[in-house]
Amino acid sequence: MSRTVYVDNNATTRVADEVVEEMLPYFTELYGNPSSMHTFGGQLHKKIEQAREKVADLIGADPSEITFTSCGTESDNAAIRGALESHPKKRHIVTTRVEHPAVLHQCRQLARHGYELTEIAVDQEGLLDLGELRAAIRGDTAIVSVMHANNETGVVFPVEEAAQIAREKGAVFHTDAIQTVGKLPMDMSKGNIDMLTISGHKLHAPKGVGALYIRRGVKFKPLIVGGHHENGKRAGTENIPYIMGLGKACELAKKYMKEEQGRVKSLRDKLEEHLLTNIPNARLNGHKTLRLPNTTNISFEYVEGEAILLLLDEAGICASSGSACSSGSLEPSHVLMAMGVPFTAAHGSIRFSLSHYNTEDDVDYILESIPPIMKKLKDISPYAREIEELEQKAASTANRG
Amino acid sequence: MWDYSEKVKDHFFHPRNVGEIQDADAVGDVGNLACGDAIRLTLKLDNDRIVDAKFKTFGCGSAIAAASALTEMVKGKTVEEAEKLTNQDIADYLDGLPDEKMHCSVMGQEALEAAIANYRGYEKAPSEEGTIICKCFDVTDKVIERVIRENNLGSIEQVTNYTKAGGGCKSCHPDIQQIINDIRGPAVAVAPEPKPVKKMSNIKKMQLVQETIEKEIRPVLTSGGDDVELEDIDGDTVYVSFQGNCIHNATSKEKVRHTVEAKLRELVTEDLVVEEAT
Ligand code: FES
Repeated sequence: MSRTVYVDNNATTRVADEVVEEMLPYFTELYGNPSSMHTFGGQLHKKIEQAREKVADLIGADPSEITFTSCGTESDNAAIRGALESHPKKRHIVTTRVEHPAVLHQCRQLARHGYELTEIAVDQEGLLDLGELRAAIRGDTAIVSVMHANNETGVVFPVEEAAQIAREKGAVFHTDAIQTVGKLPMDMSKGNIDMLTISGHKLHAPKGVGALYIRRGVKFKPLIVGGHHENGKRAGTENIPYIMGLGKACELAKKYMKEEQGRVKSLRDKLEEHLLTNIPNARLNGHKTLRLPNTTNISFEYVEGEAILLLLDEAGICASSGSACSSGSLEPSHVLMAMGVPFTAAHGSIRFSLSHYNTEDDVDYILESIPPIMKKLKDISPYAREIEELEQKAASTANRG
Repeated sequence: MWDYSEKVKDHFFHPRNVGEIQDADAVGDVGNLACGDAIRLTLKLDNDRIVDAKFKTFGCGSAIAAASALTEMVKGKTVEEAEKLTNQDIADYLDGLPDEKMHCSVMGQEALEAAIANYRGYEKAPSEEGTIICKCFDVTDKVIERVIRENNLGSIEQVTNYTKAGGGCKSCHPDIQQIINDIRGPAVAVAPEPKPVKKMSNIKKMQLVQETIEKEIRPVLTSGGDDVELEDIDGDTVYVSFQGNCIHNATSKEKVRHTVEAKLRELVTEDLVVEEAT
């Protein structure tokens, strides 16, 4: 393999060099337990608090509102279960059909254990229907959990408005912001979001660390109980190196967010525009503009996604697909299905998600690699005629325009 | 990513016999776009012997590899010989397929069956006859029966891996289970049904909670200098008051609360929540 182009950053990201550097001493020199009485361990308390400040700073929160966890999934689980346990009389949950499994599977499991669940739909562009959300929230709704941006399409939801609606109706509002923290500016000091999930490995910190923002005053019961770490909100000896890494990653994100996301967006836009104009059977999944700056999800009609992924992989390009065949389930991505993307397209969807580490060269390389891949699969496909018709249609529209 | 054999990868990256024979003597079409895979197999015959085979496939890596392998396998065979090919033969030729992808080998076999039926002038291939059991993926009882017999399958999950049947809305699961039972006998085949959650009456629940606290929880707590008193039960919320050492410290109270809750959930019902009575 001559080169690797990694464009699967919504799955996970490379740990930043500065983050690794920050973490290293805490494995070897500063390995104490912050709960210890001696100075060697006890001094680490201060370090954790510094990291907490950095995380809080990135999202405009107070450090006391940040609880470190082991990952985004734990944060999601803790938020939802914590809210339910704190409001035992309320037995209704509202979420969306396109949540990450960390939220969706958990809510569905709770529904099997006696809770009532309402899943809000999205439209064809993947946007949330706020009217439907408003109608779904009831007096006995304990929690409303709506993701900030969708991991597959990058579509960004109006969580502030959603939180406002939840607040008016007396429900706790949680948002899984795993894809947006570090990519979009946010300010928890304003607005109504009660809880927000952060995952380290989506913003160049390592896997195995996350955080949960819990607005001061919001009732919460811990998911993991034991000692009284993290102000009684999450038991377990602190994973100091990783917490330090997350703190550093948040500091870097805050510092570079504006210029970085602008740069990443222009790379993403170039990739997207070229694919949509030059590959006649390509179509965009998700809203044109209300989207994360780094994500594009494109369907290649009449071609199957896993086959594309394998050929991309052979060229050293790491992307992902919403095709059923790549996942072991038989239905294509639940997100694309919820958006009503036709089967002809959903089976051939590919997500490219970029990061700070991608270059213009990477984009050029992908753009060079895709046409021969499409040609190869078109030649094999029994739907070649359909693809040709699409090509002709595209050519005639181009001529007219 | 799937763990594909070298042979599968080879047939995917370098598929053999891609295309369509223009004046084909036999054409077999199976699958469709909605299901996510489709094969068109065309054969040229000379006196009942297959002299050329070509394929076109819409599908994942293993669907393309299975179709490519199939064309290689049938070339030179008589129709009678080709007819005997099973999906397992295709999988074996490729040094195996992941379980979840066995349906690709079944689709290859069906494409061959359809082509042979077409050559013989039948309207339908045998696998298209029978009754559709799985509406999501258009799978008939005939196909399900055959894969169960030929591959010695015993569970719905395996049937899904081999035919896709049952992988969508799941409403066909009872019918699939019935076919498995008919062929293999219920003893081997019946998957344990999840136990239905029994709704407990309030009186029963209260009795059980009280008993559990007295007999199971109290002794443990008091040995550590803590205790709780049952105050009230409202729906699934159990209100207790704390006693003993734990009353001085919020964390200890929380620990005791959790112990009580965990035990009650284990022994009474999973939905119970324990709260401090105010
Ligand atoms: S009918 Fe078989 S899965 Fe839906």
